[in-house]
Parts: sequence; structure tokens; C-alpha cells
Amino acid sequence: MEKSTKVNPNKEFYGKNLTGIEIFIRSLIEENVEVVFGCPGNAVLGIFDALIDIAGSDSSEAKIKIVFARHESGAVLSASGYARASGKPGVVIASSGPSASNLVTGIADANMDSVPLVIFTAQVPTKLIGNETFQEVDIVGITRPITKHNFLVTKISELTTTIKSAFYIAKTGRPGPVLVDLPRDILSEKFTFEYPEKVNLRGYNPVYSAHSGQIKRAAEIINNSSKPVIIAGGGVIASNAFAELREFARKINSPVTTTLMAQGVYPEDDPLSLGMLGMHGTWYANFAVNESDCVIAIGSRLDDRVTGDVNKFAPNAKKIHIDIDPASISKNIKVDVPIVGDVKDALKKLIPLVKNLNTEEWLKQIKKWKEEHPLKYENGREIRVQYVIEKLRELTGGNAVIVTDVGQFQMWTAQFFKFLYPRTHITSGGLGTMGFSLPASIGVAMAVKDRPVISLNGNRGFQMNIQELATISAYNLPVKILIFNDGHIDITRQWQELRWRKFFNEILIDKSCPDFIKIADAYGIQSFRVELTSDVESTLKKALALRDKPVLIEFKTIYEENVFPHIPIGGSVKDMIEH
Amino acid sequence: MKHTISILVENKFGVLTRIAGLFSAKGYNIESISVGPTEDPSISRMTIVTNGDDDQIEQIIKQLNKLIDILKVVDLTNEPFVERELALIKVKVNPYTRSDVIEISDIFRAKVVDIGPTTLTVEVTGKSDKITAMINMLAPYGIVELARTGVVALKREFKGEVYESKEIKMIKKKARQKPENETNKD
Repeated sequence: MEKSTKVNPNKEFYGKNLTGIEIFIRSLIEENVEVVFGCPGNAVLGIFDALIDIAGSDSSEAKIKIVFARHESGAVLSASGYARASGKPGVVIASSGPSASNLVTGIADANMDSVPLVIFTAQVPTKLIGNETFQEVDIVGITRPITKHNFLVTKISELTTTIKSAFYIAKTGRPGPVLVDLPRDILSEKFTFEYPEKVNLRGYNPVYSAHSGQIKRAAEIINNSSKPVIIAGGGVIASNAFAELREFARKINSPVTTTLMAQGVYPEDDPLSLGMLGMHGTWYANFAVNESDCVIAIGSRLDDRVTGDVNKFAPNAKKIHIDIDPASISKNIKVDVPIVGDVKDALKKLIPLVKNLNTEEWLKQIKKWKEEHPLKYENGREIRVQYVIEKLRELTGGNAVIVTDVGQFQMWTAQFFKFLYPRTHITSGGLGTMGFSLPASIGVAMAVKDRPVISLNGNRGFQMNIQELATISAYNLPVKILIFNDGHIDITRQWQELRWRKFFNEILIDKSCPDFIKIADAYGIQSFRVELTSDVESTLKKALALRDKPVLIEFKTIYEENVFPHIPIGGSVKDMIEH
Repeated sequence: MKHTISILVENKFGVLTRIAGLFSAKGYNIESISVGPTEDPSISRMTIVTNGDDDQIEQIIKQLNKLIDILKVVDLTNEPFVERELALIKVKVNPYTRSDVIEISDIFRAKVVDIGPTTLTVEVTGKSDKITAMINMLAPYGIVELARTGVVALKREFKGEVYESKEIKMIKKKARQKPENETNKD
């Protein structure tokens, strides 16, 4: 897609007889790969050796940085963080067997959140496949249901077209992870290098252009509505349609609510913004959808956390759904006008056809709701996570990339940070992967240089990929690592209390929680511990001032606290618990 | 409801697993599946018979279409189509029952393809229910072994028009146009 105008540094290698490893690396250069995330292992040492060789030579224009993670599950989440923050495909290189199987969670995570990843794994030599060879695993079989597509390369002649196809599939249509399994013998064979300009995949033709007839039908419904609501999803980010979304919303004077994946596509300080909707969304966002007469879902899967009970979702509204993936439309919610196509293209076609709607009454109603049912919490001597988030927002002015792990604080971040810019809330939405934030922040730090990168963690999730502190330390990545430690596992406990009648369990109390300050010390990372609300602001200031190195802060937060508003699983707005 | 889905796929390894995986992940049973190359050796046709309500089938077809190696998916159920299945049935026979079995086979236009002192193997083709009917007829004699291919199906090009000669077509056309012309004059 993005054609570089500079001279192709590979031209001199065209037509030359190269080894599989060399062809592989030349192919990465063709795809403008800037950084790869990986773990060294016996079967891929040759690849890393050659990569370092190229990175070391002054003449080569193409330098590929390598980030060695401490665990493959970290490497793939780092690549995911890089892809989410930059919009470019994240590239992972892992060895065979356990090295490959360790990638599974991160791949599934990227698949749910439509993140473009290209994952290369090494495989045992072709002749030994299926023989229970040392460090062999059928990674193509394992990842089949959790990738957009995957390949096993069986002939060296197919290597370049396979790599080209992998990148093409990963970043086009509804993006997703693509895995390429490379047997060792293929990597050492020799073949004439030639990189194809195009690949012909006759079974893969994503629809970009939205059908004009459907657009007209949608415009008609919108023009006849008086209480429209826009639900913006992650597809708006994938399609880079922020300007179009703003123009569209402001033209029809419609309030905009976003899903967790789309935070920041519409500035949350704008009067038309309703913040996030769904299970832990704002009261007014959920009520607006419930009362609306026209719901326009843009680039959202409308998953269960957004809709709750599908039969009671937006009961009075005509529903318009724009998505590039036909399978996402009418999967959960029956819609009146399905529009298959690229969000940007659809909005561009829709904007000239819609009227400048008069929604004054509707906006007045929403303003009243916002005043009557704001997000709130009680501040005190002991630290509340919400307070830390608000201070963080204040000190950064929203100009930071927040990488959240999974837990209560993830929802509080979604509620209280008031995101202004797209790609500034990096979070695991669909799969809800604990241990996501720390490795993902590594990838974000590789992609983002002009904004501080802040990793938010709970005491448990932080320990799930704690080994990546070594990576942060080794590359001196200026990530600010915040840990909210209440000595418990948060969100599970909330379920226990609300649904399972306070059956507190031994396991829920993190009795063996380590001393995070000592851990930071061990990794050579500067750290602070904050136990009082009054110290939060000054410590955050100190940490943010240390611009070019990592800092870890542990907040001892108040125990026994639930996320509100809350719609129980399978419930509707009527079941919403506000406080 | 029973659906017959015809799928054109790349003739590559792993494609069958992708399709089967999609069905099993959703918890849908495949009643029958048959695969074979088409007139183009790089393309195979799969015919899958499955059960599900319309929403489930719509979702399955959308998911199938997402698979990179799948070229075309058609749910034949909503249009006229020809379906055939082949079965080989090995029946237990003795000198007294042999002619009965051959007689039944004749009624079903089945062919005897193998004969032994105590068995008879017949080949039958037709719609699935015809094959089931024949199996039921032979069951009392004792079925030793049975192999069914599963359904193969193609869309019917014949759209239900009855053959009419040119003259009759002309007459009908004129008859249709006449009242219109008259109203135009008014």
C-alpha cells in the first residue's frame, strides 16, 4: 500500500541466488519493517545473526531494529502494542516448538482486536514434520482458529509470495494476525531472489467501497431522525477516519459514544461526546442509546460488553451498521441498514447526503442526564485509582499514550481519562488479556517518540509478564510503569461480590504479593511507592519529569471498591447499577 | 432446517481443516461432506449438508467467505438444484434371497457390482432419501457393509419455464401487449 519513493535498497539483490534466511530478511526490508520483536532460539539464530549483520553495516539504508523480549508471550504483545500505536503491522520472530506455542495468547488477543501482526515461527525440517521431532509443534494447526490466515512454507520458491501475501492479508480488510511457519531446511536452501509487486489472492477481496444504494437508505433514516446516536468502534481507528467521523457527527449534531477500542477517535471533552458505552460505560451513553431513534454503529462488532441483552438493545432505534467485515454485521444485533465497506469511504459518501439535523431537544436532554448522572467517586486519605487517573490526565493534558492492563483500573481509565486523540488508549479489549500492558508498552515505546508512554497495571496482571521489566531496562525504554496495588484481584472480586454473594475466597487475596520496589531495584529501574492521596500528584510529576528512562510507581490503593456504573452480564440499561 | 452448501476452494492442503474447524468451533454438525476437483485442477468443490436456522446459516456463510482459501460459497437450499449421492451396499444373500435382492435393486435402478457366495454388492445413486429408502428395503436381508459418498450438488439452470414453440410465444406476447396499447390510446 504505502510505496516508498526512495531507492529500493534491495534492487542490487534481485536475480541473485540467496539463502532462505537472506531472502527472508530482504523481504522484510521490502515490506518497510522497522522493528521486529522476538526471542532467540536455536532454529532462528541464523535469522537474528543476519539481521544484526545488516543493522551493523553502514551502507544499508534499511535498518531493522530488534527487540529481544524475555518471553515469547511478551514479544507478541509488544508487537501488538507497536501495531496498535503506529497502525503498521507488528512483526514477531519466534523459534520452533515451545517458542511458537508461547505466542498463542498474544495472537488470539490480536485476532479479537483486529490488530495487524505478521508472525514468523521456525519449524523443524520439512521431512521431519509430524515425526514428534525435538521442539516440534504444529503451530499452523494450533493457530488456525485464532489467526486471520496462516501459512506453512513447503518450497523455497514460495517464500517471497507467502511473505508478501502475509503482510497484505494482515493489513488490509479487517486487519488481523497472520502466521508464517518456516521449516529450517527452507531457510538454508538457495533460490533466486525476486520480490513480487503484487499478490493474486483470488479468494480474498475485501470490500472497501460502500454500496451507494445502502448509503442513500442510511441517509434517509438519519435525515428523518431526531435522536441519533453514533457508536464509534475500533474500525474508525483501523480506517484512520477521525476527521470524517468528526465532520459527520457535527453535521448531523449527533452525540458520539465510543467502545473501549475506539477511545480517542472523538475528543471526549467535546459536548457531543458521551464517553464509553456498555457494561461499565457512562450512565448517559447507555441511556442515550436506549432512548435513541437512530443508532449508527461505525466499525464496531457490537459485542456483548457493548450491547448487554441483545433483545433490549436500542429498542426504539432504526439501526445502521457500517463495517468492513460482513460477518460482523447482524452477528449480534439485527440491523435495518447494513453497509459493508471501509469506514472512511462510507462516511465520505454519507456526509454530503445527510442534513444539518436539528437535535437541540435531544442534546438538551443529554446535557441534563450528564448533570444528573455524572461519573463520580469519593476522594479520601487513602488512594483511589480514579484520582490517580484524573491527576495523570491533568498533568499530561491528555497528551500521553496510556497502555492499560485488564482490571477495574482499566475501566476507571476508560471513564476518567477523557481521551482526546486516537491511538492513545492501548488496551486489550476483546480477549481481556491480563499481563498485556507491560509488554505492549514496550512496543508502544518503539513506535511513539513524542508522547510519554504510561503503563497501568494491577498487582496481579503486572506479575503475569513481569519478566519484561528486563526488556524495558535493557533498552532503557522511557515507560512509566504504574501499579495499583490493593492486595486483591480486582475485577474477579467484583463479580464474586455482586453475583456470587460475597463468597470471598482465599485465592482472591494476593497474600504472596511481592515487594514491587525491590523488584524494580533488582531490574535497575528507579521506583517510588505512594500510600497517601496527598503524595500522588508530586510523585507523578517527578516520574513524568524523568523523560528518558523508565520509572515504576506503586500506588497502595484502597481495598474494597467496585466499578460503577455496572450493567450485569446479559442485562440492559434497566438493570444498570449506578453507585 | 437442512441446508446444502456448495463451496469452491483452492485445491491446497489444510483447506478442509479450516472449513471443518469453523463448523466445529460454532458447534454445528456436518451431516455430509464431499470434496473433489473441478474442471480446473487448482479448484475443488465441496458440498456440505448441515442443519441450522437461517441466522446460523447466514453467519456460517459469512464466516466461510472470510476464509482466504475459499473462492465462492453458495447456499443451494433457496434455489433449484440437482443433488445426487452414491452408495455401495453389501447385502447378505443365500440362494433363496439372491433374486429378491436383485429385484429390489432393479426397482431402485441400482447395479450389482460384486457378487460372492454369501454377499451381493450393489451400487445405487440418487437423492439421499432414495438411498435411505433402498437401505431400509435391504435391511431385513442383513447389511454387511455400507458406504455412502455424501451429497454432491449443482445449481439447476432450468428455471421452471415450460417449453413453448415460437408461435405460441408470439401469440402470448401479443396478448400481453394488447391491453396496454389500448389503455395508451385512451
